Amino acid sequence: MKKRLLAFLLITSCLCGFLSPAFAEEGLGGPPSDEAVVSQVAPAPAPEPVADSAGTVTGGAADVVGVTAGAPTAEELASMGQSEPLAAKLADVVGHNRIAINMVWVMVCGFLVMFMQAGFAMAEGGFTRAKNAGHTMAMNFMIYGIGILGYWMCGFAIQMGGVGGIASLGGAGVLNSEFVVTLFGKDFGLFGTKGFFLSGTYDVAVYAIFLFQMVFMDTTATIPTGSMAERWTFKSFVVYGFFITALVYPLYANWVWGGGWLSQLGKNFALGHGHVDFAGSSVVHMTGGVAALAGAIVLGPRLGKYKADGTPNAIPGHHIPMAIVGCFILAFGWFGFNAGSTLAGGDFRLAVVATNTMLASAAGAFSAMAYMWVVYGKPDISMIANGFLAGLVAVTAPCAFVDSGAAVFIGAVGGILLCMSVFFVERVLKVDDPVGAISVHGVNGAWGVLALGLFADGTYGDGLNGVKGTVKGLLYGDSGQFMAQVIGTVTNIIFVFVVMYVFFKVLDKIVPLRVSPEMELEGLDQSEVGVTAYPEFNLTKTHR
Amino acid sequence: MKKIEAIIKPFMLEELKEAMNSIGVQGMTVSEVKGFGRQKGHTEVYRGAEYVVDFIPKVKVEIVVAAEMVDTVVNAIITSVKTGKIGDGKIFVMPVDSVCRIRTGETGKDAI
Repeated sequence: MKKRLLAFLLITSCLCGFLSPAFAEEGLGGPPSDEAVVSQVAPAPAPEPVADSAGTVTGGAADVVGVTAGAPTAEELASMGQSEPLAAKLADVVGHNRIAINMVWVMVCGFLVMFMQAGFAMAEGGFTRAKNAGHTMAMNFMIYGIGILGYWMCGFAIQMGGVGGIASLGGAGVLNSEFVVTLFGKDFGLFGTKGFFLSGTYDVAVYAIFLFQMVFMDTTATIPTGSMAERWTFKSFVVYGFFITALVYPLYANWVWGGGWLSQLGKNFALGHGHVDFAGSSVVHMTGGVAALAGAIVLGPRLGKYKADGTPNAIPGHHIPMAIVGCFILAFGWFGFNAGSTLAGGDFRLAVVATNTMLASAAGAFSAMAYMWVVYGKPDISMIANGFLAGLVAVTAPCAFVDSGAAVFIGAVGGILLCMSVFFVERVLKVDDPVGAISVHGVNGAWGVLALGLFADGTYGDGLNGVKGTVKGLLYGDSGQFMAQVIGTVTNIIFVFVVMYVFFKVLDKIVPLRVSPEMELEGLDQSEVGVTAYPEFNLTKTHR
Repeated sequence: MKKIEAIIKPFMLEELKEAMNSIGVQGMTVSEVKGFGRQKGHTEVYRGAEYVVDFIPKVKVEIVVAAEMVDTVVNAIITSVKTGKIGDGKIFVMPVDSVCRIRTGETGKDAI
């Protein structure tokens, strides 16, 4: 299996010319399966790859080599060309179809993830107050538009500009430029430099991966709108939107998914397969959660959140049914998020991924329900919904590397962690997080990548990040993998928190983050976005 | 003529309406209101923190009848909506100076 994969890779790289000479010489690298991402730094390959903008060249005979147990080898294909020209032509069509299936899978899953924006809008809108509903929805709406533009201008190039080729999507591998520094004789990829404004990358495979990566990035960007809801000026929110989508997220994403240094910890320092995050517990969710924490600290709690003695008041959300529907939409989109991260419809592991995703969400909801029922006497639906999402966040990194039992355990721990974290953030840190974004995404994002380092069972991920063998966690004998996960987690917390905290502090001096107390009491709808969400209702406050 | 204002539990409105139909009351005005009485609202827990619901949702029913009907109507309301638990509500009776049916211009008892 492994040899076939290597052969496939090497031959494909020769044929397509999209991998570096260094890679070919080492002969080490390989995707987690025949279908996954090839992350490789490519310092100035001799012939510049030609982008396939029309989509007429992508996917061909080279893409059938080594794909299945009975697939032809490159040598067979080469010799067949003379003796059986029709078979060679058919192989070309088969290769095209293989890439087509993968392309459609990536696109459809990207569309599902895009719809998660609606889920976030409804969940955050429902868990906040009616007087701010227009403003909360407006932030959730515009982070989509801002995110796309910021990512197009700059973010995509930084994240994916040096990724090399995406083997499962064919393509010419025009994303071939990573900025690398050399320390201790090892290469540390820091950011990509190809594809600003998508220029020079007018290629169907690149456009596909842009759409898919963009919607992931936007999930991160919309997380802080929850923790900072009901008091954030729209002006400073817009600046934030460009900053996180064009710079902060793409940097960390490059380090893990774009061929950067965290993904190379395995190759360079023999720490498992480097920091592994299948669909983004750390890259997407922890980044969002840590940014949400930094933002909520700088912004301060909502007026009336804390009594004079520092004990928290409850500020109930105004539309629980909407929030719950939002959570269902998120869970639906999450199938695209996780199962889509195979980047290949032909990688049947996607069935395991999707089922694990489903199981973890159920376990997270159930454990949160049990916790709230036992400790507070009622199964608080807002916390159950958070627990449901916590299970999803936690399983996002390990979903491809564990079986169902581990997925249920990871989700269940996620639900409990969520409850404990919500109360810790609110009562000990005294940070006001209206929707629980810090606990759902930050804490469970960290738990997710660490859980991968514990429970990865060695059934998947052969050759991931250029390291031979499958991905094994601490419980299956690879302590190096766990170390890599810890390094990735700590890096995320330090990098994202420091950058976002400083950013919010500086931004506050230029464009104030916080609305005036009068506006906050009145509600942000009129003053910030000029429209009241519910103009025909009398919003009398009847609780305190 | 008298106006009877009954503040009742929202889910008892249907029973009240049936009772009024059965004693021949011709019409009523219903509004959703919020308020509190001696029980002073109640405490709930949301995301682990307590909050007080000061004003509890109620339904206010306004009925105008001839003075001699008042006791019948009040008794029928009590019989139909009483649960015996806290928060059953209150009934107020007050005088009405005049009534006018807008469509026909009728006044007094004829307009009820």
